Amino acid sequence: MFNDIPLVIAGKTFTSRFLLGTGKFKNKSDLTESIVSSGTEIVTVALRRVDLERHEDNILEHIPKNVTLLTNTSGARNAQEAVRIARLAKASGCGNWVKIEVINDSKYLLPDNQETIKATQILAAEGFVVLPYILPDLYTARALVKAGAATVMPLGSFIGSNQGLKTRELIAVLINEIDLPIVVDAGIGAPSQAAEAMEMGAAAVLANTAVATAEQPAVLARAFALAVEAGRMAYLSGLPRQRPVANASSPLTGFLYDNAQ
Amino acid sequence: MITLNKIQEVLNDTRRENVEELAREAARITRQNFGRTIGLYAPLYLSNYCSSHCTYCGFHALNKIKRIKLTPDEMRREMAPIHGQGIRNILMLTGESYKHTPIEYLKDAARIAGDLFQGIALEVHPMQTQEYKELFAAGVDGITVYQETYDRRRYADVHLSGYKKDYDFRYDTPRRAAEGGMRQIAMGILLGLSETAPDLLALYEHLRNMERSYPGVEYGISFPRLRTIKEKEFVRCDVDDTAFIKIICLTRILFPRVGINLSTREAPQLRNNLLELGITRMSAGSNTAVGGYSLLDKDEQDPQFDIKDDRSVADVVALLKKRNFDPVFTDWRRIENAA
Repeated sequence: MFNDIPLVIAGKTFTSRFLLGTGKFKNKSDLTESIVSSGTEIVTVALRRVDLERHEDNILEHIPKNVTLLTNTSGARNAQEAVRIARLAKASGCGNWVKIEVINDSKYLLPDNQETIKATQILAAEGFVVLPYILPDLYTARALVKAGAATVMPLGSFIGSNQGLKTRELIAVLINEIDLPIVVDAGIGAPSQAAEAMEMGAAAVLANTAVATAEQPAVLARAFALAVEAGRMAYLSGLPRQRPVANASSPLTGFLYDNAQ
Repeated sequence: MITLNKIQEVLNDTRRENVEELAREAARITRQNFGRTIGLYAPLYLSNYCSSHCTYCGFHALNKIKRIKLTPDEMRREMAPIHGQGIRNILMLTGESYKHTPIEYLKDAARIAGDLFQGIALEVHPMQTQEYKELFAAGVDGITVYQETYDRRRYADVHLSGYKKDYDFRYDTPRRAAEGGMRQIAMGILLGLSETAPDLLALYEHLRNMERSYPGVEYGISFPRLRTIKEKEFVRCDVDDTAFIKIICLTRILFPRVGINLSTREAPQLRNNLLELGITRMSAGSNTAVGGYSLLDKDEQDPQFDIKDDRSVADVVALLKKRNFDPVFTDWRRIENAA
């Protein structure tokens, strides 16, 4: 009944379209249970939080081996720092999948699109699989396609705000115009918001704060995964468009066809 | 921006339900922005040489204490037990002596610390922008500098001599540190030194101006309360626990993303309870004397202040886990800093 094509990023196939961030969890077992319960196949990890010396507290030890690790460059304030962090992540054994996060504003945590493009150009040329996190902007997204990005990750609203799709119309433009998977990232605070992004045609959704700070993270992670699936299913079903007014049953042009009857 | 009257109103309001409401709001904002995580760090005192005379400080120039400055080898010996307890964020401190702890000494300390620690911050004398650039290139990512009090008259009363007398140069230090490339800047006031409400307002304004001018910096804030030194009272602290909690909560509400640090100046029970209310980083297993970790016996030590929470890092970690917090040992991976 429901046949979906899998999500493909840089030639790698994924069944789940829900990505999970790993920050803010109160303990590592909540994190692991959330990964397992949601069935997510891609998790983001901030390299700044990886302590390779301490096994019991090393976050990487708590991520199942079948999950793709997406190291993010949290802490980078410009392209140069993002590139250094990505290279360090690769050298530390974290692989070559990198989420570019260049933030030079610690209050609003808004990404710097220009620096993100620069970092993407450098890292993609070096063979990294680059998933850049941006303010939704068509020109930036087009530049990222040219730079060799594997996806584009526009923010739904401020990081950690749980406000949902405040940038909905701008994300819709990217979905319509960009031939890369659009992964909505940041501000997604409820499964219903994740479903909404998927109904629009987003390829995937990433959540972190909502899950990590829930009373039962693993339960909410599962709810998110189901919502993403439901939203995807709705999108593929040819979801009827919402109309701003009632649909008249006797259209104004009906008389044109009266003689044909 | 909050007004002086509003701050005063919050500080004067002792109704239990209002304090609780403030605390709940602070807790909610903290959880949303930081989750249930607490960063851990430890201080390392490199030197107690000081050329300034500040009436409230155990290191002041005229105080008859044994002056010590760690050699590179002694630094390594002092760092080893801190590192051994799992700490990866270190705050290295000195007295304010340009002569005894010049920039080359501090750069050496940063390079030595870089072999063991990921996050390296300094709390030392104020410097020029170019010196901060050099320190950043040597691996220092953070600078802590407290104005102590923003009341100029009070500032003059308690800073009797030395470079620290220069209020404006100190006030401008966060700006110079930011210009020098520092990633983290911690600011604060010494509670109990002056009238709390005006000092708080001035600190908030200072921080807000820094946020606007240097948005890329991760800001932290600390509220050390005046403490005894070797059981001798220097200044009577007029900020009780309720006021202290309200200050932390108010700060969190006004600055949702700013880190709030808590030192071992505070007693274990208060530190335990503050975890829920806005704190994001705390020191653990601390010693505030030069050579205090491994070089000197306790009776030989001259601490900057007496600590009230002498629990080990392992004890603090166990407490955090018991209270459903994730202890964060590492919140930065050192990369080559651009000169």
